[in-house]
Amino acid sequence: MQRRELLRGVGLAAIASTAGCTQVTGSDSSDRPGVSGETLTLTTTTSTYDTGLLDEIHPTFEEMYGVTVDAVPQGTGAALETACNGDSDVVMVHARGLENEFLRNGYGINRRNLMFNDFVIVGPSSDPAGIDGVTSATAALDAIAESESPFVSRGDNSGTHRKELNLWAAAGVDPGGDWYQETGTGMGEALNIATQQGAYTLADRGTFISQRAEISLTILVQGPIEGGPEILANPYGVMAVNPGVHENVNYDLAMAYIGWITSPDAQEAIANYQLNGEQLFYPEAVSENPAFQQYVPDGWRIDAESQ
Amino acid sequence: MTVPLDPAAWLLPLFLDLPFQDGYVRSIIYVSLYVSCTAVALSALFSIPVALVMGFTEFPGKQLVKSVINTGMGFPSVVVGLLVLFAVSNQGPLGAMELVFTREAMIISQFVLATPPITAISLAAVTGVDDNVRDAARVLGGTRLDVALVVIKEARYGIATAILAGFGRAISEVGSVLIVGGNITGADGISKTRTLTTAIQLEARQGRYETAMVLGAVLVGLVLVVNAIVVRLGDSGAMNR
Repeated sequence: MQRRELLRGVGLAAIASTAGCTQVTGSDSSDRPGVSGETLTLTTTTSTYDTGLLDEIHPTFEEMYGVTVDAVPQGTGAALETACNGDSDVVMVHARGLENEFLRNGYGINRRNLMFNDFVIVGPSSDPAGIDGVTSATAALDAIAESESPFVSRGDNSGTHRKELNLWAAAGVDPGGDWYQETGTGMGEALNIATQQGAYTLADRGTFISQRAEISLTILVQGPIEGGPEILANPYGVMAVNPGVHENVNYDLAMAYIGWITSPDAQEAIANYQLNGEQLFYPEAVSENPAFQQYVPDGWRIDAESQ
Repeated sequence: MTVPLDPAAWLLPLFLDLPFQDGYVRSIIYVSLYVSCTAVALSALFSIPVALVMGFTEFPGKQLVKSVINTGMGFPSVVVGLLVLFAVSNQGPLGAMELVFTREAMIISQFVLATPPITAISLAAVTGVDDNVRDAARVLGGTRLDVALVVIKEARYGIATAILAGFGRAISEVGSVLIVGGNITGADGISKTRTLTTAIQLEARQGRYETAMVLGAVLVGLVLVVNAIVVRLGDSGAMNR
């Protein structure tokens, strides 16, 4: 972080040069946290960014540590790829399968469960496939494929896209044909395309709520928050990039961020974040249950006999 | 859903309040201009001498170089973005400079994008200068620099067009600045690497077509103003002659 050091040096010099005329700084720089003035690069999914959640909660962290958070909305696959290259310090994503791979390959450490909401299957109110009220997500997809009703897929290796592919696999359907369209766009655009084509799509509840006013789709299959099937759960995780792999990453600040965002105060801020009177994300970092699985890849177990 | 095409509906927020924090629109305009103007200025400093040298001299393979430059005019911006990302990424040759998600990286990619059109159009303008002008300057005892300056003066409209073409390409492209810049705005609503084009893309992604169109109108207005200024400079140059 030589450039950051340099910038901080320049900043301090500027403060020093004005110290004679004003009392701007007030506090001595030694009172400040050691990370003060640094920048944290966070790669994240479009759903946390486009819902406005991060813009809402980040100012508290920035003020607390005197730092800047550069949030780069990319989609889960791209966010993890950027982190693999050492170009971000911390990632916030929602695809446990990809997160497992990221952890196993040594790129990510100190994973925490952060929050969750759920996925919903949305579509036109005319509901050509007749899936309204179906309680099984796979049965609903089966019906859509059976009737060859138009379906819009994100097709962008995002967390939502991964979830959709897993659902098709669980339903035993290999989607394809004119009715199945991969758009390669963000959630918001996919919802717009689905609206205009009278198509079904899989959406995270947060983005759907934040855009409900702009689109004319309705929720046909609910996720677990509204009593739907558990398979539609949408958990978000946060991880630091391993400084043992990429020594340039700002690990201290990444851990400060993870500590802050999993703290009771920040978790409460997440719970209180509402759009159009609806809660978008449900915090789950603060718990009496230690939930050891959150720190390691799914299914990882220490070999008991080697101890 | 209908895309709002009623002009009053989307012009209105232009004069009332946009759903943005104070300074947001101003900061993305600033980033757009800063990145594109810097890239085009650097590109012109590089391209015009190259065009002059190529215009004045014959060398083997000149046609090939021309073809390469002309091909560069059609180079897709996302590909340039990817190449620059590989170069500046922590794993790339320039990784130690920590340029990913900075304006400097955006300037690099726009430089790569703007250089071919500026070089090609300048070259055409320089080649189009009457040989007699060049010969006269040389006969009158001009140094190589004097001859070059005379040619630039004669070809100034063409060169201005070249710079405008480069600027137009730089400020209107979205693919490479999105990849290497990351479309970052601070939580205080001040843009770090968000430009007008990436902001429009973000608004469209969220289905907010009205604000996207307002930002689009701002972008078009900006390009018009820059064009007017450059043309004006060319005209006043003519009057001073």
